[in-house]
Amino acid sequence: MNAWIGHIATLVALLVAGGGAAAAFFAGRTGDARYMQGARRAGVLVFVLVLIAFATMERALITHDFSVSYVAQVGSRTTPLFYTVISLWSALEGSILLWALILSAYTALLVRWSRRHYTEPNGDSQVPYALGTLLAVNVFFLLLISWPANPFRILSPAPLDGPGPNALLQNSPFMGVHPPLLYTGYVGMSVPFSLAIGALLAGRLGTDWPKRIRRWTMVPWTFLSLGILAGAWWSYEVLGWGGYWAWDPVENASFMPWLTATAFLHSVMVQERRGMLKMWTITLIVSTFLLTVLGTFLTRSGVLASVHAFTQSPIGPFFLVFLAIVLLGSLALLAWRSETLESEGRFDAVLSRETAFMINNLLFAAFAFVVLLGTMFPLIAEAVRGAKVSVGGPYFNELSVPIALLLVFLAGVGPALPWRKGSLELMRGKFRWPFVAALGVAVLLVVFGVRQPLALLTFALAVFAAGLLIEEFATPARARRRNTGESLPLALARVIGSNRRRYGGYIVHSGILVIAVGIAASATFRKEAEWTLRRGTAADIGRYRVQFDSVWAVKEPNRDGVIAATTITTAGQPFTKLYPRLNYYPTAIEPIGTPAVRESLREDLYLVLMAYTQDGQQATLKAIASPLVGWIWLGGGIVALGAILALWRSRAEAERQARAIDRGGEAVRHTAPVH
Amino acid sequence: MHWRRWLVPLSALPVLALLAWGLTRDAHTIPSPLPGKPAPDFALRTLSGDSLRLRDLTGQPVLVNFWASWCLACRGEHQVLVDAAQRYGPKGLRVIGVVYEDTRENARQWIAERGGDWPNVLDVGSHTAIQYGLFGVPETFFIARDGRIVYKQIGPLDPAAIDQWVPKLLASSAATGPNVPEQPFAQGKSEGYVRTSPDFPATRGTTKPN
Repeated sequence: MNAWIGHIATLVALLVAGGGAAAAFFAGRTGDARYMQGARRAGVLVFVLVLIAFATMERALITHDFSVSYVAQVGSRTTPLFYTVISLWSALEGSILLWALILSAYTALLVRWSRRHYTEPNGDSQVPYALGTLLAVNVFFLLLISWPANPFRILSPAPLDGPGPNALLQNSPFMGVHPPLLYTGYVGMSVPFSLAIGALLAGRLGTDWPKRIRRWTMVPWTFLSLGILAGAWWSYEVLGWGGYWAWDPVENASFMPWLTATAFLHSVMVQERRGMLKMWTITLIVSTFLLTVLGTFLTRSGVLASVHAFTQSPIGPFFLVFLAIVLLGSLALLAWRSETLESEGRFDAVLSRETAFMINNLLFAAFAFVVLLGTMFPLIAEAVRGAKVSVGGPYFNELSVPIALLLVFLAGVGPALPWRKGSLELMRGKFRWPFVAALGVAVLLVVFGVRQPLALLTFALAVFAAGLLIEEFATPARARRRNTGESLPLALARVIGSNRRRYGGYIVHSGILVIAVGIAASATFRKEAEWTLRRGTAADIGRYRVQFDSVWAVKEPNRDGVIAATTITTAGQPFTKLYPRLNYYPTAIEPIGTPAVRESLREDLYLVLMAYTQDGQQATLKAIASPLVGWIWLGGGIVALGAILALWRSRAEAERQARAIDRGGEAVRHTAPVH
Repeated sequence: MHWRRWLVPLSALPVLALLAWGLTRDAHTIPSPLPGKPAPDFALRTLSGDSLRLRDLTGQPVLVNFWASWCLACRGEHQVLVDAAQRYGPKGLRVIGVVYEDTRENARQWIAERGGDWPNVLDVGSHTAIQYGLFGVPETFFIARDGRIVYKQIGPLDPAAIDQWVPKLLASSAATGPNVPEQPFAQGKSEGYVRTSPDFPATRGTTKPN
């Protein structure tokens, strides 16, 4: 029953999406508003149908309906309810169902948005083309779940029980957080792509089109940032190696579109202000989407081996055909429209914000290329030399650290530079005290015994950039206080409120600085030790003394566990108790650990139970003390706050837009630049 | 802007060709030098204390299965081995269990509980495991009559692997010397490679909770 409902819902959604895409393209060509109306209804209907399929799958999982093939694959009567609910995205077919749900939700949102931005029939074919493109992307994913990756196949006779989700995926609640966040970011990049294709098809490539795309990129960008960080945190919390990033192909697959989307969010400002970098900007947003498709192809088709990769699946060829259509189609479109995309403005001076944006974009593009090359290299090497090789952390670290350091520097310098032409005088004034502060911090760190040049450089650059950012807030706030007599906090709040997009962006920058400091400190100053301890004995790591108290076994419905109790003291004072454990799942060959982590902004203490004797007298523990890891997650929070602030439209802005709509769709173009 | 602007879309074609070629490859196969080579010999004590030498079995097809009582995946695999021994034993297949990083008592108890009448030897000091380049347990080597390793299964055996490879072992010729072709089992993707079973992390060591 569930299988039938789900399968029929996806099949109908496939047909509706196909019809809607055709109608939208037809509306774009002819300007016939009735077809656009039909396409909009189709967009909403697709969302409703996919939601039905998704809910049906959840119901099948929760009620243990093992006649549904996917439930038999990932379900189990002993899995706790929470993990049963989220097991929907624990294997290939279900994860594509989640993908389709998010994609159709974005489609419905675009339909809603188009109500405000497509008012004139005949006037504007960008929106119909964009909706058509997005619906066509829906068609592809619905095709996958209706045919090669159909999760609703009927099993007869139905098995009595299933194996449960992959053991690693039922070992941490992050499984409920990371995939939805990441997908909301990843899949969301389809919308700016569709709008860009719409603009290219419609030939509507004046200076205004990026404004439409910018907000549609900001939202998925924010989710993608949070999703990547949540994944890093998850890997840190469960995998037992005390690290958070391994340059695994799937991690890279999420990072590459983040890099190009970030580059886009910057270059789009140059285009808005100066009408420059048009071709480049639209290429970036198209590449972002292409990289999401490529990343998914690489990791879901079995082409590359990865910790995250799903097993051999038949969807590889489908993805390749889709990738080929999107890649060749969008490149051809760009080539066709290349004349319209020539720059209007010119660079006026080397010392200007345009230059900073240019360098920023080159760095982000180089970064993305470095990651892409490293990810694809095993495939290239095997094709050329026939040898299996893998590209490890050293390649990525060596190439990415210098790029990342330059970006940290620019995160402060860019906002400090004025548009068009900066003067050395002005710069000297602005740079003076941040430079002194950076130098002071560096000297202080050296005095306190820090000798690692890369860490010193990172901290100094971060302080320098942070100083410049603080000036960007402080200078106008002080000026406002002088002029209005408001208190400094009030003046600051008013200043921020007056240009949320700009100051939100600066808050995002400061979050990135906090993350950079966290990465540099935890990578450089990490201490690690492994001991085999008898009951009641202790060993030292950094300022902590870890005492092994006891070890015992627990039985849970879905797994067996072994828990070690430890008491931690610092300088003789009780500090905390930690309980690292090992979990034995019937489907897992190796036991899966749950490290115990005492997290704080200053330093994390991380304990892993490696082994124990069956009489409970001895345990082998791995301990890792790494400073400032918490700053990475804190920085993620700051990034999210800044992004929300930047997205949050002020009342004045909303009114401006409403007035613009009253005057007809064309007027939307003239909303004042806010930056 | 003329024909040159179309070069960019065209440059995507080699990339797509590379990806298409990648689809024909299996990223999870790891080249192993062992298949095709003679199986390393070993002489170890069985659980009942007798001595067993692999070379003495030359001329008979053998499954060498590495396992341990602390290995959860070995529990599920055991029944597959029991079935294989029942079906193919009368046709000449020999099964040898190699107990890895475990005690005689634990292994004896395991066999007493789960059955299986093939000999199990104790790999004290793991020398045999090292010679066979073991990733972890379970792992099984399919050895032809001429003493060459034909296939290596990382992770638990499944009936499909048994049915694919054991008949080939049984059909193999015992002749050694110049008559043996270099690649006696050329068909099948796994030739010369090892195929890890789905979702099995091949690169990480096995944590032994003992």
